[in-house]
Amino acid sequence: MLANQIGYYSLILGLLFSFLLCGVSIKDFNNINKRVNQNVFTLLFLQLIFVVVSFLSLILTFVNSDFSNETVFNNSHTTKPLFYKIAGTWGNHEGSLLLWLLVLTLFIFLFLVNSREQPKKYRILTLLFQQLIIIGFFLFVLTTSNPFNYLYPTPTEGLGLNPILQDPALAIHPPLLYLGYVGSSIIFSASLAAVTQNYISKEWGQHIKKWILISWIFLTIGIMLGSIWAYYELGWGGFWFWDPVENVSLMPWLTLTALLHCILVLERRTALTSWVVILSITTFTLSMCGTFLVRSGILNSVHTFANDPARGIFILIFLFILIFLSLGIFFLFHKENKKDLNNFFWLSKETSIMVNNWFMMYFLSVVLIGTVYPIFLDVISSEKISVGPPFYHKLIVPFLVPFLLFMALGPKLQWIKSKIEKKKSLIIFFIISVVLTFFILKNITTDFLYYTILISAAFFLFFTTLKELFLKKFINVSQVIAHFGFSLFILAILFNSILSSEIITNIKVGEKYNFNKSEIFLKKIEEKKESNFNSIIGHFRITDEKGKVVELKPEIRIYNQPEIITSEADIKTTLLEDKFLVMNIVKGDEYFNIRYQIKPFMLWIWVSVLLLSLGGLISLFKKKYEK
Amino acid sequence: MFLFLGTTQLKSNEKNNEIKNKILKNIRCLICQGQSVYDSESDFASSIKLIVEKKIDEESSEEQIYEFLKEKYGNWIIYDPELNKNTYILWLLPLLLFLLGGAIMVKKLRFTK
Amino acid sequence: MKNKYKAIIFFLFFIFCFVVLYKGLDNPNTYTPNIKVEKNIPLFTAKDFNSNNYINSDKIFEENKYYIVNIWASWCVPCIKEHPLLMELSTNQSIKIIGLNYRDNLNNAKKFIDKFGNPYNQILIDSDGVLAVEFGAYGVPETLIIDKNKKIIKKFVGPINEEIVQEIKSIIK
Repeated sequence: MLANQIGYYSLILGLLFSFLLCGVSIKDFNNINKRVNQNVFTLLFLQLIFVVVSFLSLILTFVNSDFSNETVFNNSHTTKPLFYKIAGTWGNHEGSLLLWLLVLTLFIFLFLVNSREQPKKYRILTLLFQQLIIIGFFLFVLTTSNPFNYLYPTPTEGLGLNPILQDPALAIHPPLLYLGYVGSSIIFSASLAAVTQNYISKEWGQHIKKWILISWIFLTIGIMLGSIWAYYELGWGGFWFWDPVENVSLMPWLTLTALLHCILVLERRTALTSWVVILSITTFTLSMCGTFLVRSGILNSVHTFANDPARGIFILIFLFILIFLSLGIFFLFHKENKKDLNNFFWLSKETSIMVNNWFMMYFLSVVLIGTVYPIFLDVISSEKISVGPPFYHKLIVPFLVPFLLFMALGPKLQWIKSKIEKKKSLIIFFIISVVLTFFILKNITTDFLYYTILISAAFFLFFTTLKELFLKKFINVSQVIAHFGFSLFILAILFNSILSSEIITNIKVGEKYNFNKSEIFLKKIEEKKESNFNSIIGHFRITDEKGKVVELKPEIRIYNQPEIITSEADIKTTLLEDKFLVMNIVKGDEYFNIRYQIKPFMLWIWVSVLLLSLGGLISLFKKKYEK
Repeated sequence: MFLFLGTTQLKSNEKNNEIKNKILKNIRCLICQGQSVYDSESDFASSIKLIVEKKIDEESSEEQIYEFLKEKYGNWIIYDPELNKNTYILWLLPLLLFLLGGAIMVKKLRFTK
Repeated sequence: MKNKYKAIIFFLFFIFCFVVLYKGLDNPNTYTPNIKVEKNIPLFTAKDFNSNNYINSDKIFEENKYYIVNIWASWCVPCIKEHPLLMELSTNQSIKIIGLNYRDNLNNAKKFIDKFGNPYNQILIDSDGVLAVEFGAYGVPETLIIDKNKKIIKKFVGPINEEIVQEIKSIIK
């Protein structure tokens, strides 16, 4: 079909324009005119247009169910609702790579337009480094992952999209996540450019900060959406499994958060320059690494795309070229300025940021090592082991306690040199936190010591940040909101973990199940037909010990193409708790297996992450930097 | 007297249940994608649940149950990578890095005004 | 000077990582158990399908022959595909085939055997799947080869095909 051809040739043109751009900008590099040549802008804009056209063409082939396109055949079906036909465009490997290209080209264009007051050579070098990445991706797409492969004879029907991927949260999750992930490419290119120009300075720090914030905000929200999807869709009531793909999205977030804090130093004075460059390189490298781990088939996970070692080899080589190139540039060009005031006084805000880096790098090492160690062990000694949640919990949770305390104390320190002011109020908050925790936990948990220490620390951060908000000191409001959000996040997760309860039982229609003075009643089973699935809906009435009634309707869906049976949980969310019910068929029986969970404070987990992002957003729009 | 025995029986059932759930959450469902046996309702998971229940009733320890499953299916079936010659680096490397990072940091800080 | 050493260490480290990851691509990521160490057959007691009597594992595997343990069920579609090959193997005098009827309705299982034939010297009932776990199996269909030393020497996950039948025949020689 025509859209297929247009899409394909747009990609080729995009690649050609990459080479053109490299040529034109290298020539302009030596031109003494302080302005970047207008041709560069034009070419860059056209390149973006080509990628957009290609992406839209792919969407069109999906919408039209054009099965002469191999990607559409593999991933779509005529009975799929329109919204999911469109979202299906980026729900597969080839389409998601077009999304990568879209964000890569969009961001470099925006960067060039938004950096007119920056030095010309720096801008051109950023463009060149970014084009290097873009060329790599064009080649990857065109040689191993072409979204426009032609199938002949044209099949009449497609293979369908996995039904658990047909969900609104999952439709937005990749675009937002990529804006964060791929957005860090600009930080990568810009910092390499700045290093070669010896431009890692206070001025550069102020300029690059907004790009870091943009990338960070999208990455935070993107990861959150993935978790929300897992919670609503996967039917086990969990939202984070330390699955390799989840870890792979968390790692760039950790380095990006560390980078964000380092830039707070760099925008004031030329310090922590090595950290900033290394973190910039590492963030994008981890994004690429993530792409490798998820798409090459080297890891087994819930999310893996179709396995293809050829793709894996390409990304692996590409990834390591980028690593060697960036490290090479760092070691060749980076000079530790003698004026670098890296010897911080131990009691200062700079030091607390170093401490943050220290903890972040530790958390990063836990997640990274946990994720890739099985691969290394398997290659070296052919032993296969699993590294699951217990590993991550044991190594991360104990370190959260000092981390939370530093988060509370750090912002209170001054730059360069500080005394701890208002010691009295801090000590009072500390005592309140511990006492409060003691009374709350006394009757509700057996792991008393463990939770007391954790929750006291979280409450300490909670109260210290809350105080700032109440006193209406809006100087550092973005930082306060973000740290407050984090304390809420930890508190919500901990209380959720302590107070959650679950009932698993088999029940049939008309039966009542009693537990703890509460009752679950299966009123009736309803059967429905939708466009691409049949559903069995259970109408449940649940009465709790106070007599309050809630109606839940979990579903079992039997999809036609591909033939998959899924369980859709029904969740009633209130401010206080979520009531979660999921139903499964028991083979050859009139009974249904149900899991009923009461999960306190789930909503607050999501709200706290939104608060975290809000902090970032406020920082983005502030004119003056905070004192 | 019977009431007392009754409640102690209830408590030990509760404890057994707790232990059972803890173990089931640590076992990978081998035919599912990324689910523990606790979370899964598949055939395989159901069989494993029965076996674990039986072994708990027979007073097997957690360790023994894990050893049994590892003998049948390999280390991959248990989510918690236990500390053994294969996993020293796994567990210790992050901690070593933490200490190393701390040492470097302390060296760079200034303690005098 | 220091920088140069750092650079060299980093480069060497990343080359090492590259090599490991490159090799890692060749390894299958889905867990297929390699029987490096041959395992003994488990000790168990099971109900015989036809006689309804309980029988011990040492009695089942008492003869000095090769044994094939095939895990099957009437509700398992690939089992139908592999069944003719099992019938073919059952004609071979030097092997005995033990069937493990996995999580099945006995009437349906009987109908399956009546319809497709009985290649099994003996069928054991595994109504809750526990016996399959004792053999280290995941589900159906699965086929294990047991040698004369009563050790499990090969495991095939999924339906057997012509290739596998050839492999079995060559092992038995």
